[in-house]
Amino acid sequence: MTATAQATQTTPTTPTTPMRTTTTASARPDQPPAVRRPLVNPTYLRLELRRLLRNRRTLIFSVLLPVVFVLSFSGAQSDPQGKAYVAINFAVYGAMVAAAVTGAAVSIDRSSGWSRQLRLTPLRPTSQVVTKVLTALVLAALPVVVVLGVGALMGGRLSAGEWLGAAAAAWLGAIPFAGLGLAVGYLVPAETAMQVIGAGMSLLAMVGGLFVPLSVFGTTMRHLAALTPAWGPSVLARYSFAHEASVGAGVTSIIVWGVLFAAAAAWLFRRDTARV
Amino acid sequence: MSTASIARTPVPDPGTASASVPALVLRGLTQRFGNVTAVDGLDLTVQPGEVVAFLGPNGAGKTSTLDMVLGLTRPTAGMVQVCGTTPRDAVDRGWISAVMQTGGLLKDLTVAETVELTASLFASHQPLDAVMERAGIAGIAERRVGKCSGGEQQRLRFAMALLSDPRLLVLDEPTTGMDVEGRRAFWGAIQADAQKGRTVIFATHYLEEADAYADRVVLVSRGRVVADGTAAQVRAMSSGRTVRATWPGATPAEVDRLGLLDGVESVSLTGSTVTAHTTDSDALARHLLTATPCRDLEVTARGLEDTFLALTQPTTFPQEQR
Repeated sequence: MTATAQATQTTPTTPTTPMRTTTTASARPDQPPAVRRPLVNPTYLRLELRRLLRNRRTLIFSVLLPVVFVLSFSGAQSDPQGKAYVAINFAVYGAMVAAAVTGAAVSIDRSSGWSRQLRLTPLRPTSQVVTKVLTALVLAALPVVVVLGVGALMGGRLSAGEWLGAAAAAWLGAIPFAGLGLAVGYLVPAETAMQVIGAGMSLLAMVGGLFVPLSVFGTTMRHLAALTPAWGPSVLARYSFAHEASVGAGVTSIIVWGVLFAAAAAWLFRRDTARV
Repeated sequence: MSTASIARTPVPDPGTASASVPALVLRGLTQRFGNVTAVDGLDLTVQPGEVVAFLGPNGAGKTSTLDMVLGLTRPTAGMVQVCGTTPRDAVDRGWISAVMQTGGLLKDLTVAETVELTASLFASHQPLDAVMERAGIAGIAERRVGKCSGGEQQRLRFAMALLSDPRLLVLDEPTTGMDVEGRRAFWGAIQADAQKGRTVIFATHYLEEADAYADRVVLVSRGRVVADGTAAQVRAMSSGRTVRATWPGATPAEVDRLGLLDGVESVSLTGSTVTAHTTDSDALARHLLTATPCRDLEVTARGLEDTFLALTQPTTFPQEQR
């Protein structure tokens, strides 16, 4: 190390600077506290929605596919209520896919380094998650409206109240799936996340009684189906005419799954934020 | 290894004005990942208005250090203070911002949307048009980020970093992957900005960048500061110049005798060209021009490159890890 030795033997000149006594130096008294940003930032929400709507795959899986299903399956139903039944099932399916895809899109934020970039702004990580959930809710409304609309055009007949009840169940019942999507998005890389969601949603829709009626399941299978996450929105959306389970049971299912998925997402989110 | 420190501009008397609060203070900063030590007790103070190059080979701990400065990771030990406060608080106030090496952009947003979104996250920000103009992206505002070239994306990151009008701008190897023209344009923008008094810290392993754009060069190796001063001072630390001259009809014996002069470290003769490394080039030059028939004498400082190699590659080459 001749070069260093030759340089100069002076001791470091810098420590004349005042040292704060702790590592967590607080803001200087003459500085106002940092402004707390609101939890929901309208610009952020708007651009998140625009991003998702630009993504063709999201729209194909959450809107186009359910519409195609309705068009092909309601022809087989002869009575107006049967046609409405088909439309409601696929509206529930579309809404849960839309919510899950929106949540899982957080994996793109992670892999692209966008989450990291956001950490160089005053945005709270919690705010990022809340915005994702709100985006999921807005996006989930799209298949509900479109698919039920197509169902009505195809000859499905229900009272206005019944349509609204079904729409509300499909829409609000999608909330837990936003949590599931987020959890998947925090767990696996972007390429895998969408595949997991695609396959997982079809499976859950199947066992939840959205693709085939619950009545075709055996007794054991029907009991198991009631323990899966799509079952709640599924029975609630059809409640007005099918009465497969009580409203309380459906609501409980949605809440329990909602809490479970939210907890999983929150845990994975914390793990992820600590690491970024 | 002891840290060599060169006396710099005196540290202003603290506590008199708020301008004297250092832009950055690092004390004993340490970062370990498992049993790998990426940053090893690093000390550094940066005064407002300085443009500092953080120079070192890959794996020297530059990015790990900057991540802690930005509050992206927590130090294993030691202290970080940005503008007198914690990194997170400085980020919240928009006092510190960064241009990262790669990533951090969403391909499906346009350039203008990205700037708008980033701006909306701050309590107050500079006018968007002015910032985009300054960063040189006003002409590509409506382009999707995914369709932008590497240089354009980097200028977008620069625009995003300027939005909050930060006191301290951190650049982590900002010109990696950019062509010569893009690199020049980028540094032109940074320099214009730094002249207005912004403190800039940039990590680089391009010596010429450190030499050309920094007031101060901090050389890091294996997570520690090994040299600190102006580019000229750091270069001088490898102390010595190369003296070259044409000596018609020189004999090896005559040339060897030059080695007896004060400060001469090595001498060689190739054809009629004498090359000597010395710490006292004046004395050698005087001798060659007065006591020998030498002509075409040339004195060159050892490049920053040589200093860099001398200081960052000690006896055993470290296992590069980060």
